[in-house]
Amino acid sequence: MQNAELFTLTYGAIVRQLLTDLEDVDEVNKQLDQMGYNIGIRLIDEFLAKSNVSRCVNFKETAEVIAKVGFKMFLGITATVTNWDVDGSSCSLVLEDNPLVDFVELPDMCQGLYYCNVLSGVIRGALEMVSMKTEVTWVRDMLRGDDAYELRLKLLKQVPEEYPYKDDE
Amino acid sequence: MAAAINCLFIINKSGGLIFYKDCGSAGRMDTNDSLRLASLWHSMHAISQQLSPVNGCSGIQLLQADTFDLHCFQSLTGTKFFVVSEPGAQHMEPLLKVIYELYTDYVLKNPFYEMEMPIRCELFDINLSQAIQRDRVALLGR
Repeated sequence: MQNAELFTLTYGAIVRQLLTDLEDVDEVNKQLDQMGYNIGIRLIDEFLAKSNVSRCVNFKETAEVIAKVGFKMFLGITATVTNWDVDGSSCSLVLEDNPLVDFVELPDMCQGLYYCNVLSGVIRGALEMVSMKTEVTWVRDMLRGDDAYELRLKLLKQVPEEYPYKDDE
Repeated sequence: MAAAINCLFIINKSGGLIFYKDCGSAGRMDTNDSLRLASLWHSMHAISQQLSPVNGCSGIQLLQADTFDLHCFQSLTGTKFFVVSEPGAQHMEPLLKVIYELYTDYVLKNPFYEMEMPIRCELFDINLSQAIQRDRVALLGR
């Protein structure tokens, strides 16, 4: 699909430009994450408006919805949710396919780069808007020689939705 | 001819009015009135959540009065959309849903829109007017 190719190339151009501007791989990682966050806080409403999913009962359901509905809707792929920890607050999203990297090979000078760091930012931003503080990090990255893409999703805090009214104030 | 809906409000999650539109001739409001009504509704909505006997209540969805109905939809992210309509007006929930979709398309995806700020997006205005017009035509057809 031509549209997807334009998307992939545009993303590549952005990463490239950031590397030129910031001259530091860690800074680029940070900037990509921040850009993703800014996208995520807007994208979540579109997701809720058009996917017809309702409120998730727990974090497990949230992760499944991201992997199966969210990734499908915005990237045309699905992810697998695995490696839950015992208390159900962190898990891995494994992507077999990743349209962002179709034509990418990381040169030696960019070894510390998380090329797809925008995605982790998007998820973090989107979840924050529905009262979940999370930490999203890359565990495996095929551009760095791993066998798949794996995002680690950790729920830090569920912010209660009640208004901060205290009866005695 | 009276329109089914008189006006539309959009309130951000902290209770500020970010959009107001008059659609009918009835109940036209000046800016101060619309701001007051918006923050009043925000507070009442919050109180209703606390007072409700229903567990996990998400706030008032419909307020029926002698001269108008007020239909409210709150997204999971906390933005509220509400319309004031004629008493007994039907199909307001799907209309609010459509408005929410237009908001995600023409407001949130506009890179020059700042989150939580008043909405000044022409494409949103145009598409919103069309949606309301379509709703009106459908209403005449029913």
